[in-house]
Amino acid sequence: MSDNPPRPIPSWEHFEHRADMGVAGYGATAAAAFEQAALALSAIVCDLARVTPKQSVAIDCEEPDLELMFVDWLNAIIYEMAVRHLLFSRFRVRIDGARLQGEAWGEPVDVERHQPAVEAKGATYTALSVQQEPGGTWAARCVVDV
Amino acid sequence: MDTNILTKLTDTQWRIEPKGPMRVPGVIFGSESLIRDMDDKVVEQVSNVASLPGIVQAAYAMPDAHWGYGFPIGGVAAFDPEAGGVVSGGGVGFDISCGVRTLHTGLDRAAILAVQQELADALYYRIPVGLGSTGGIRLNDREMDAMLAGGASWAVGQGYGRPEDLERIEERGRIGGADPHQVSDRAKQRQRDEMGTLGSGNHYLEVQEVTAIFAPEIATAYGLQPGAVLVSIHCGSRGLGHQIGTDYLKRMALAAGQHGIRLPDRELACAPINSDLGRAYLGAMRAGINCALANRQIITHLARKVFAEVLGVDLTLLYDVSHNTCKLEEHVVDGRKRRLYVHRKGATRAFGPGHPDLPADLSTAGQPVLIGGTMGTASYILAGTEQSQELAFNSACHGAGRAMSRHAATRRWQGRAVQNELAERGILVRSPSPRGLAEEAPGAYKDVSEVVTATDRAGLARLVARLEPLVCIKG
Repeated sequence: MSDNPPRPIPSWEHFEHRADMGVAGYGATAAAAFEQAALALSAIVCDLARVTPKQSVAIDCEEPDLELMFVDWLNAIIYEMAVRHLLFSRFRVRIDGARLQGEAWGEPVDVERHQPAVEAKGATYTALSVQQEPGGTWAARCVVDV
Repeated sequence: MDTNILTKLTDTQWRIEPKGPMRVPGVIFGSESLIRDMDDKVVEQVSNVASLPGIVQAAYAMPDAHWGYGFPIGGVAAFDPEAGGVVSGGGVGFDISCGVRTLHTGLDRAAILAVQQELADALYYRIPVGLGSTGGIRLNDREMDAMLAGGASWAVGQGYGRPEDLERIEERGRIGGADPHQVSDRAKQRQRDEMGTLGSGNHYLEVQEVTAIFAPEIATAYGLQPGAVLVSIHCGSRGLGHQIGTDYLKRMALAAGQHGIRLPDRELACAPINSDLGRAYLGAMRAGINCALANRQIITHLARKVFAEVLGVDLTLLYDVSHNTCKLEEHVVDGRKRRLYVHRKGATRAFGPGHPDLPADLSTAGQPVLIGGTMGTASYILAGTEQSQELAFNSACHGAGRAMSRHAATRRWQGRAVQNELAERGILVRSPSPRGLAEEAPGAYKDVSEVVTATDRAGLARLVARLEPLVCIKG
C-alpha cells in the first residue's frame, strides 16, 4: 500500500486480492477520487499510456448513497467498455447530490497495440468504501471481479 | 490461516464452530497444508454465509477456497425456501454458470504432435478469444430470448451440434424456469456480439492428453484411456452473466431491509427465495445458465470444424458441468427429503452413482467432475461419490485457485517468456495478450494436484484421470 511514503494527490492504486483486483482512487474531492479509481479500473485492462483519449462517452448515474454511486460509476464504465469496444484513459466526474455526471475519453480496442490483459466483469461491494481520510483526502475503493 | 481456530474433524474436514449470528457451523475441506495457505477471509466469509436466513446444515468451503465477494470462491450453501431461505447473487458470482466441457477426439498424442502447430493456429484463428473479440452470431431480440430460454438445446436447434450432445450436459442442455424478461436490456446488449466467445482471464480451450488413470473402471465408463487426447473448454455466460450479477447485486442490497434481512456486509446481498425479487433473480440467473450452455455449445461447434479440417475427426461429449450456479435440488437432511436451493460458487456439482439426473450410461460410474488446472500443469477428471451428498450437498472443488494476485504474477513473469518456456515443454499456447499470459502463469496458481488429492481424500469426489495440455488457446 502507498501510505508510506505519502502518496501524491490525486492518485490511484491497485490493492491485493488473490483472485480479483482491488481498485482505489484518491483525490481532494469524492469526484476526483472517483476519476482516479476509474483510471485504476482501466489499468486492470491495459497499460493506460497506450490508450489515446480520442473520443468521449458521457456516463451519468443517479444514486443517493455515495458508496453505491461509486460502484454504479465503475460498472457503467465496464458496460461502456464492453458494448462499445472502447478502452479509456481519462475521466472527468461531477457529483451534484445524488447525481453523477461523468465523461470517459478513450479509443476503440486495438489488440495489437493495446495488448489488453483481462476484461473486468463487474465492480463488487467487497472492500467497498468511499470516505474522507483524516488529512482531508477522499479515498474510494472496492474489489473488481476479473 | 491458523488451524487452531478450527475444530479438526478428520484429516480433510475442519469445522468453524457456530458463534454470534451464525445459524449453522462452517465446514472447510482440505489438507492441513491447504488450510494453512488459505486466506483468513475464507473463515470470515464462510461464517457470514452461515448467518444467512434459511441456511441448512452448514456453510461449506471446498479445498480450493479463497477470498471471494460475499461468498468465498469454493463456497457451497443450501437454503430452504420454506424456512425463509434466501438466494444470493454473490453466492453464484458474476460469471454465471462458468464451467468446463470436455470432448473426446478419438486420437492419441502422436496424431496431435504431427499437426500441433497447425492445430494450435487453426483453433486460435477460428475461436474468438480475449478482450474485445466478437463472435460471428448476432441475435435479434426474439432470438436472444429464445437462446436464454433454450440454452444448448436452442444452439443445437440452430445447427450448432447434435441432439445427442445434450445427453451429456447438465440439465440436458437447458435449465427450466429461465425468464428472459427478468434479464435487463443492458445485459442483453452486452451479449449481442459475444455468443461463441471464450472471454479472457482464466478461460481457455485446451487440447489435453490423458497422462494418468487412477480409477480404471470409472475411466472406462467415461471412455478414457492412457494417451487419449481430449478437448476441454472453460468459459461462462460472458457479458450477459456479468451484467445480471451487477444488476441484481444492487437490487438485492437495496431491498434487504424491506425483506427484514440484516446484512453484516452489503456484499452478502440476497433476497428471500419466496419473494418477487428472489424469483426474478432465479429467472434471470437461469437465463444466464442457458446462455453459458449455449456459448459452450457454439464453441464446441467451432472446435469441431477445426478438428474435422485439420485431422478429419469428430468430437463427442464426455460431459459439461458448471461451477457458478444456484440450483433447486432434492437432498436428504436429518433423514428427511428436502428441496433446497444449492449455491455453488467456484464449486462443481458432483452427483454420485445412481443419481436420477445422470444419463443412463453414466449412472453406475457417477457424474464426471471436470477440474481445470493451469496452462502449464494438469487438469483432472473426478467422479461423484456416494458420500458426497451428505458431505456437502454433492459438491467438489473447481480448480487450482490462485496462490498469487495478478499484480504479483506480472511482477514475477513475462508473458512471452512463459509462452516460450511452455513451448519448450511441448505445450503450444496461443493468446492475444502477453500480460494476460503473465497473469495466468502456472506458478501463480496453487498446486491443483494437492487440491484434487484433498478432494478425493475427503470423499467429495473420486480421482479418475489426469490430463496434461498439448495446446492452449487463452484469452
